[in-house]
Amino acid sequence: MAKVLMKGNEAIAEAAIRSGCRHYFGYPITPQTEIAAYMAKRMPKIGGTFLQAESEISAINMVYGVASAGLRAMTSSSSPGVSLKQEGISYLVGCDLPALIVNVQRGGPGLGGIQPSQSDYFQATKGGGHGDYHLIVLAPASVQEMADLTAKAFDLADKYRMPAMLLADGTIGQMMEPVELPEDMSGPKYDKPWAVRGTENKREHNIINSLYLVPEQLEVKNFERYKKYAEVEKNEALCEEYMTEDADVCVVAFGIAARVSKNAIDAARAKGIKAGLIRPITLWPFPSENIAKMADRVKGFISVELSMGQMIEDIRLAESCKKPVKLCNRVGGMIPSPEEVLKAIEDMEGGAF
Amino acid sequence: MYTQILIAGFGGQGVLFAGKVLAYKGLTEEKQISWLPSYGPEMRGGTANCSVIVSDTPVGSPIVSVPDILIVMNLPSLDKYESAVTKGGCVFVDSTLIGRKVERTDITAHYIPATKMARELGIPTLANMIMIGKVIKETGVVSMDGLRDALAKTVSAKHQDLIDANLKAIEAGFNYAE
Repeated sequence: MAKVLMKGNEAIAEAAIRSGCRHYFGYPITPQTEIAAYMAKRMPKIGGTFLQAESEISAINMVYGVASAGLRAMTSSSSPGVSLKQEGISYLVGCDLPALIVNVQRGGPGLGGIQPSQSDYFQATKGGGHGDYHLIVLAPASVQEMADLTAKAFDLADKYRMPAMLLADGTIGQMMEPVELPEDMSGPKYDKPWAVRGTENKREHNIINSLYLVPEQLEVKNFERYKKYAEVEKNEALCEEYMTEDADVCVVAFGIAARVSKNAIDAARAKGIKAGLIRPITLWPFPSENIAKMADRVKGFISVELSMGQMIEDIRLAESCKKPVKLCNRVGGMIPSPEEVLKAIEDMEGGAF
Repeated sequence: MYTQILIAGFGGQGVLFAGKVLAYKGLTEEKQISWLPSYGPEMRGGTANCSVIVSDTPVGSPIVSVPDILIVMNLPSLDKYESAVTKGGCVFVDSTLIGRKVERTDITAHYIPATKMARELGIPTLANMIMIGKVIKETGVVSMDGLRDALAKTVSAKHQDLIDANLKAIEAGFNYAE
C-alpha cells in the first residue's frame, strides 16, 4: 500500500468514506473546512450525500435522522460550531444512536480565533449538552491517526450504540503527513434491528425517541446507559506510553501537545533526565489505570495542554492525588514549545513543585 | 538527517506551495515528512509561512521554531525569523524584495534575486520555485532526480500544464551563481 501525503482534515474525510459513511452534513468553519470540501467533491461520485446545511444545528439534526435509519452519518465543525451542535448530540445520546461528530478545535471562548486549541476537553468528555451522558472521545496526534481513529470511532459508535467524537485540533487538521489508507476500513458489521427503515408489515414499528415522561422509565434508561458506559470504560481505554519504564517525571499530553512533549522528552533524556509520556488516545474513557500505575513510581506528573488546565483534573482523579500534577500550557491559539515543556520537566526533576 | 525548514513571505507568493514541493519530493525519497501551514484568514496579502520537516527518523512536533533552513521572501519575515535559525544553519533571501543583508555571522546566507529572475524568464509567479532550486543546490535536502514526478503530485490536476514552467524555475535557481 503506497503512502500518500494528505492534510489531517482530508484524511478524516477519506477514512470516513472508506468506513462506509455515505452521509455527511456540515457547515463551513476554519480550521476544518477541508473536511466538507473533500466530502463535497467525493460524495456525489460514489452515490453518497454531501449537504451543506443552513446551520450547525440543522446539520447535527440531519445526522440524527440518518442515524435513526441505521446508516453511518457524520458531521464536522470547529469549536463555536460544535457548541451549536450540543442540543442535537444530547438527543442522539437520548435515543442511543451511533454517529460521528468531529471537532477540529480552535481557540475560544466565543468566536475566539482560528488557531489550534484543546480547550473543548471538558465539553467533549464531560457531556457538553444537557442530561447525564458521555461520548466516546478519540484524540488523534498524527494524520495517520486522523484516518485510523475515524474508522475506530464509527466502529465503537455502532458497537455501543452511542455517538463518538473525534477531538482534533487545528494543527493536526491543517498539517500534511504521509498516510496509508486501507481500501476497506468499515470494520465489523453490526445488526441494527432498532433502525427505522420500514417494517415491510413484518414487525412492530420501531420508535426512535428521547422523550420519557414517566420518571421511573427515564431513570431505568439512564441506569442502563451507565451500565453500558461501565463496559466502555472497562474495554476501550487506550493510550500510548513513551519511555515510561524507568521514568521519574511523567508527562501526560494528547494531540499536538503530545507531539511537542515527545521532543521535550527526547531532549530531557539527552540531558540524563528520566522523563516519559502517557498519551491518552481515548479521552473518554480516560486511561486512568495507566496513570494510577505510574503514580507509585514517579516524582510527579506534568499535564501539557492547549487549555487553562482541563485534562489535569482527570489526571488528579486517576492518581488519587498521590503525586503533584503541574500544568504546562499555552492558550488562545498558542502552542507550548519543546523548550517550555523541557523546563517544566527540569523543574519537577529538580524538586520544584 | 532531521532537517527543519521554515519558508516565510506574503500570502500569494507561493510559500505554502514551495513547502509542498519539498514535502512531496521527500516522500518520493521515502523520507519521513511533515508540512504545516500557518496563515491568517486572508486569501492574499498578510503573512504566510510554512514548516516542513524532512527526516530519516519519525517526525516529532511539526512546528519548526528553530529552522536549519530559512527561506524568506519579504523583509518582515527576515526580521522576524533571522534570530531563530539554528547556529550553522542557512538562510535563503529573495534579494529583489529584501534590501538588507543577514546580520548574523554564525549562519550561511544566500542571496537570490528570485523575483527579478522570474520576471525576466516570463514566469513572474514562480520566484518561489527559483528559491527552492537554490535550496536544493546548496543543502541537498532533497535531490533533483525525479523532480517531475513530485511536481506532478503537487500541482493540481487542472494545472498540470504548468509543470514545465515550475521545472524551469527550479533549474534556474539551481544553476544560479551568486
